[in-house]
Amino acid sequence: MAQMTKTKPNGPVAASFLAAGIGAFMMGLLTTAAAASAGIAGALNWYGPVGPLSGKSLGAVIIWLIAWILIGSSWRGKEVAFGPVYLWTLILVALGLLLTFPPFFDLFE
Amino acid sequence: MELGARELWTVVHGLVLGTLFLLAFAGGFAGFYSLRPEWVTVVGIRERLRRLLAGSWVMALVAWFTVTTGTWIVYPWYRAPGPDSPRSYLLAAPNRAEWHRFGMEWKEHVAFIAPILATAVAFSVSYYREELANRQDIRKAALVLFTIAFITAGVAGVFGAFINKVSPIR
Repeated sequence: MAQMTKTKPNGPVAASFLAAGIGAFMMGLLTTAAAASAGIAGALNWYGPVGPLSGKSLGAVIIWLIAWILIGSSWRGKEVAFGPVYLWTLILVALGLLLTFPPFFDLFE
Repeated sequence: MELGARELWTVVHGLVLGTLFLLAFAGGFAGFYSLRPEWVTVVGIRERLRRLLAGSWVMALVAWFTVTTGTWIVYPWYRAPGPDSPRSYLLAAPNRAEWHRFGMEWKEHVAFIAPILATAVAFSVSYYREELANRQDIRKAALVLFTIAFITAGVAGVFGAFINKVSPIR
């Protein structure tokens, strides 16, 4: 019965979860891309003492924030189908975990 | 009884922030798990909400402080060029190299997933506040993401502790 109680629309929270999934996925994607290509690793070397991790981490954070702003503004005040959004969030997080796992991204070196 | 700047930052990054992170996770997890209208009264929900807000935001902020100090302060010392850096020491011997190739490579990347997830979770608590007890779909999803954030930070923390034992930053 609790689910039937009127609450605020879920759009902003769904947007924050999906954007977090995108951020996690981007961290994994940039990690594997840097392992696969010396050129990409070099392009992600935004700060010498930190090396490519500087571009991977800042890149993922920037994309996460942009995704949150864009999806959040699109879903503000709306009730969205939370199940599929949550499923995609979990898929993106799982991909992010896989792509940051050394035995996996070493396959592309 | 001396502690250099590098040792001090390593302690702050690993031990101090790591301990705060564990405490915040415990408080947040208990708050999420028990935030059910059939279990608690309205007063009880308000009491749990305070703990949940504190636990989720402290965990998110501590996770950000941890990856920031780790990446921008401690990590450059770890990977400094030259034969004396911790990274060079690990890679110099086959029986130590996996600590870098597997442990450090996993830790430095997976750690960033923790603050991103923890921030989304903390936002969901701030957005719904007491209403979260009536949104069991969001509460359960947030609890899962909160736990994944904890596990990823745990991987980073455990490998950080072991690597600093095998090849300390000095």
